[in-house]
Amino acid sequence: MATKLMKRQELSFWDRTYLPSIGLGLWITSRHFFYNLMIHALHTVGLFKHIRGSVTYQYPEEQRPLSKRLRSRHRLTKREDGAPRCVACMMCETVCPARCINIVAKENPDPNIEKMPASFDLDLGMCVFCGFCVEVCPEDAIRMDTHILDIAAYSREGMKLDMQKLLNPTTSPSDPNRN
Amino acid sequence: MLFDFIIKAILAAFFLGGVLNLAGLLTWVERKQSAVMQDRIGANRARIEFKSWFLAPINWVLAPLNALGLFHSLADAAKMFLKEDFMPKGADKFLHTAAPVISVVFALLAFSAIPFGNVLYLKNHAINLQIADINAGILFVFAMMSLGVYGVILAGFASNSNYAYLGGMRAASQMLSYEITMGISIMGIVLHYGTMNLQDIVRHQSTHWGFMVQPLAFLLFMTAALAETKRVPFDLPEGESEVIGYFVEYSGMKFGMFFLTDLVETVLVACLVTTFFFGGWQVPFLAPDGFHMPWGAFYLVPSKLIAVLGILSFMFKVAFFNWLFMAIRWTLPRFRYDQLMHLGWKILFPLSLLNTLITSIIVVLRK
Ligand code: SF4
Ligand code: SF4
Repeated sequence: MATKLMKRQELSFWDRTYLPSIGLGLWITSRHFFYNLMIHALHTVGLFKHIRGSVTYQYPEEQRPLSKRLRSRHRLTKREDGAPRCVACMMCETVCPARCINIVAKENPDPNIEKMPASFDLDLGMCVFCGFCVEVCPEDAIRMDTHILDIAAYSREGMKLDMQKLLNPTTSPSDPNRN
Repeated sequence: MLFDFIIKAILAAFFLGGVLNLAGLLTWVERKQSAVMQDRIGANRARIEFKSWFLAPINWVLAPLNALGLFHSLADAAKMFLKEDFMPKGADKFLHTAAPVISVVFALLAFSAIPFGNVLYLKNHAINLQIADINAGILFVFAMMSLGVYGVILAGFASNSNYAYLGGMRAASQMLSYEITMGISIMGIVLHYGTMNLQDIVRHQSTHWGFMVQPLAFLLFMTAALAETKRVPFDLPEGESEVIGYFVEYSGMKFGMFFLTDLVETVLVACLVTTFFFGGWQVPFLAPDGFHMPWGAFYLVPSKLIAVLGILSFMFKVAFFNWLFMAIRWTLPRFRYDQLMHLGWKILFPLSLLNTLITSIIVVLRK
């Protein structure tokens, strides 16, 4: 293997005193400091509200705008009559890498459709939010577009969603664009 | 006699109260300044609010303070007092308790020699605005700062922990090395003004402030003094999150006292830099009778107002240097230990000697 010799960069006298770099660093940080301070001061008198003085989102009160394609809590879509679109084909249960979907199928009263789920359980405590279930579904019956991010519970049981919860997603209280 | 005593007590209460409050405020400044520098908002969740309607006017006053997050300093102090005061097994109880006290007391004592204003004339009493008018004030200040090292060493020594011991040794060697530079770099100022009395040094700076006549000494002193405060970029002794320092075995208010010492020392260094190099309480163009502008104009100012202006000028300069030190602390990365020793012994120390040599030659030639 050929050896490549890297020439070490010689530091000049001023580099070795550190002083120019210190000055440059201080210049950059103080520029940010005074610019942001000015913006904050102008905000208190109600001016230039459209320029942000910081990149912070004050989370519970103020939520970041979420991307449309963000994968959030699942929901099951419905037909016009309110019945779940799911035909219990078990595709999602099969593809799920975390094995957190558990479907029990039953016969559908509608003669045109073969099956429907008797129960549809999804354990969010195990879900890895890969979105495979959404991609694989032939009926567009499961989606991850609720924009619910604050999923939390006091027990593992609390993280489990049944069909009722999946069909009626309660929107996140902090979400400004609830669906 | 009693009158003098009361006057000194008032001066001490005024100055030390100011210093301690400033140090407490610096915890807030540190958070907010770093936040604004880094395009963040910073701590703003500690708030005081009253529920009952008849206290609503107080809420109205508190609202802006809440929004600024000023009560975080208060919340910090409350937290420190309520935490468990932990002492490791086998630690020396007396020394373990004494170490933070030693640190903070000597840091505070050093302030007594610093003049924060000119002489104030009140009804034929001349009040020197300085807690202790010590003839060799510089020596006193440096003695107090050196004694602060004991707090650090004892903290490491008494904790019965190898990590704390190593941290204490590291801190002691850093502080001792930089103290030498600090002491020698200030000799330039002493030689130039020919006095060790801090009040006299400030009086000599009425036209040319110290940093104009001793720019190299100013840089050396500031660097060494920053190293003395043990803050970034010289924070190897404590190394907030990564390096294990001398106070690993401390908790609660004892840890709080070490933290307070750091901030008090920051204020102290700001005061010293102001006193030695930025004219202490001097206001530009202000002579003891009024403003003498360089373009020949003259405005008469009453003597009491001059004293007040002096105190304000001192406070402003100290506040500016505190801001600068915070900016440096949030800009620069930390030195490696060998770089630290290299900088201290091989660069700053010879330069300070050189500065002293050149200054002495100039002073002798001038005579
Ligand atoms: S997102 Fe992935 S892990 Fe979660 S349920 Fe769907 S397939 Fe399973
Ligand atoms: S892939 Fe779709 S239709 Fe099939 S079981 Fe899952 S949700 Fe129902």
